[in-house]
Amino acid sequence: MGTRSLRFREALRAAMLEEMERDDSVFLLGEEVGHYQGAYKVTEGLLEKFGPKRVIDTPIAESGFAGIAIGAAMVGLRPIVEFMTWNFSAVAFDQILNNAAKLRQMSGGQLQVPIVFRAPNGSARQVGSQHSHAMEHFYAHIPGIKCIAPATPADAYGMMKTAIRDENPVLVFESETLYSLKGDVPDDPDFTVPFGVASVAREGKDISLISWSRPVHVCLDAAAELARQGIDAEVIDLRSLRPLDEETILRSVRKTHRAVIVHEGWSYGGVGAEIADRIQRFAFDDLDAPVGRVSFLDVPMPYNAALEQHVIPNTPRVVEAARAALYAR
Amino acid sequence: MTTPPLPLSDTGLFRVLRDDLSVDPALPAPDAGLLLRMHREMLRLRLLETRMVVLQRQGRVGFYGSCTGQEAVAIGAGFALQGGDWVFPALRESAIMLVRGFPLVGYLAQVFGNSLDVLKGRQMPSHMSGKQVHQVSWSSCIGPQVPQAVGAAMAMKQRGDRAVAVGFCGDGATSQPDVHNALLFAGRFRPPCVVVCQNNHWSISVPTSKQTASETIAIKARAYGIPGYRVDGNDVLAVHGALQHAFERARRGEGASFVECVTYRIGAHSTSDDPTRYRSQEEVESWQRKDPLVRLQGHLRGAGLLEERGLAALQEELTAEIEAAILEAEQGPPPARATVFDDVYAELPWHLREQREELLRLPPAAGHGGGH
Ligand SMILES: Cc1ncc(C[n+]2csc(CCOP(=O)(O)OP(=O)(O)O)c2C)c(N)n1
Repeated sequence: MGTRSLRFREALRAAMLEEMERDDSVFLLGEEVGHYQGAYKVTEGLLEKFGPKRVIDTPIAESGFAGIAIGAAMVGLRPIVEFMTWNFSAVAFDQILNNAAKLRQMSGGQLQVPIVFRAPNGSARQVGSQHSHAMEHFYAHIPGIKCIAPATPADAYGMMKTAIRDENPVLVFESETLYSLKGDVPDDPDFTVPFGVASVAREGKDISLISWSRPVHVCLDAAAELARQGIDAEVIDLRSLRPLDEETILRSVRKTHRAVIVHEGWSYGGVGAEIADRIQRFAFDDLDAPVGRVSFLDVPMPYNAALEQHVIPNTPRVVEAARAALYAR
Repeated sequence: MTTPPLPLSDTGLFRVLRDDLSVDPALPAPDAGLLLRMHREMLRLRLLETRMVVLQRQGRVGFYGSCTGQEAVAIGAGFALQGGDWVFPALRESAIMLVRGFPLVGYLAQVFGNSLDVLKGRQMPSHMSGKQVHQVSWSSCIGPQVPQAVGAAMAMKQRGDRAVAVGFCGDGATSQPDVHNALLFAGRFRPPCVVVCQNNHWSISVPTSKQTASETIAIKARAYGIPGYRVDGNDVLAVHGALQHAFERARRGEGASFVECVTYRIGAHSTSDDPTRYRSQEEVESWQRKDPLVRLQGHLRGAGLLEERGLAALQEELTAEIEAAILEAEQGPPPARATVFDDVYAELPWHLREQREELLRLPPAAGHGGGH
């Protein structure tokens, strides 16, 4: 099997394009996904290829088109919904929480909602508090939906395919700051990446840095810095937040005996808190230090560039937290 | 003082300036002093927005959404408001603050988001606000300010204030449930509120024709039981006159109204947008011929209120004012990093105090700049 070098956005696009070719019940809708080619160019060329029946430009009404897509899914289509960013899904929250997530269960299993909601997520640069949310924490809380957050083009490609083929609502958390990242992607239209399987982005024996999406790259940077200080960090890229790959997390922690969880968004009650709980419950005796956390500071994101850098997890904060877990600070 | 009824409707287009730029003789004659004050503000706003887009290109400003081509709405509205009234703007009405006396340096400090900024570097540019002039910040997520304006007006009514609240939105925003909610409550509770939609024909790349099948935007008011007025938004006299009428009605206790100002966004949606990808130069030029500033200037010349030397001097004076204000506002250093914990709550909770101490233990350079 060969590979091709694709940017993150091209990998997502290739996955959507190939799945739309493979299954004509798959269609795409959202604001500016067609004529404008997508606010972040992820859907470039799809309108030209599939026409306006399968690539639908909508009015600015997220609750509207989320509901439209759920209705279409209930009668047999497989919609891919693009939000301009996950922030704007807030106005469609009821459709996702109370409808997409629950229709199968509430209908006694008669109905299904095979639908993909996707958008960039998390901090961008200087877009203020209302545009910088890490929304995965809100959604991963909900039974009935799956949440994935890839960090590499290959995973973006393989997981988007899995998402489109899945019979459940799947939420794909992308990142504006990753869209231009290049990587090798398998040249195989049937390459998929299963949900609930983390990847070990870097092997190490002294401490486990556990993360997903953009902050995986911050962890890799921090691991490089820690290596210079004689500390060998392992970096776990969860990729999938629900289902969660508990095994890989626990295997890593049992080896290193220390963990720091790194993510965007606030730490209070978020996905990181869930992971910390599983580590303490299932690997308590293996731990040599309390589980560390690096996340947004517990404040709305400021606009000012210097302030923003203090609020977002950065390499120095990850290094600091790792050293604290190693009692090395 | 009774004003004759204005020919306002939800499908027509209310204009005061005729094609030859004279004032429609059937309408009340505008006050020369007001015309000149509105002209000064429109010109200042035109110069300011042009300059801000340049600063963004130079990397000195992070983002900007300009209102170029739509100045008549912000300025016409600003002059129709009274001191106690409240403004709930969308992206293109920030400058109402300036008309109502907010200092230019403080306004620009909000664009730079530095330590001179009363918002403490928290908000994006083009989201300016100032409680001192009764103007709140708009929400980046389209729509929420409009029902908030209605709610503020309901509170004013309840307290017996003589003030009104005005809520702004774009044509795209009318697709959001929040605008429906605003009109629903405005009709049901008859508060002293005016909802103004700036129909600038585009919602980023989506033309109004692809946003809704409604004949006009103003006509939507009918279904909610409130009057809708469709107004030439490139005619500052029409905007001012229609809004003054709507505000007075509201102040008299006759309830809310919905005003559609038909205008055009001459520039990009924001500095992150390239409009050449979705609209033609001919279309832009056809609207440039209806430029609200040029039309007002044409009228002023015809009325003998403006001559070239005076205009050149005014332009020079305003340019100098803007340059001086930019220099002053840009000088502020970033806000101290410890400030990120302030104002999250009314009081500083223990957990934020702890996070603050932790942050201050890191060397200041770790987070790139920002003193204590
Ligand atoms: C809920 C939500 N969806 C999408 C966006 C992205 N967005 C920002 S401005 C805008 C267009 C707004 O158009 P309009 O209301 O016509 O106002 P204009 O910018 O033209 O003045 C869109 C879609 C957003 N900010 N909020």
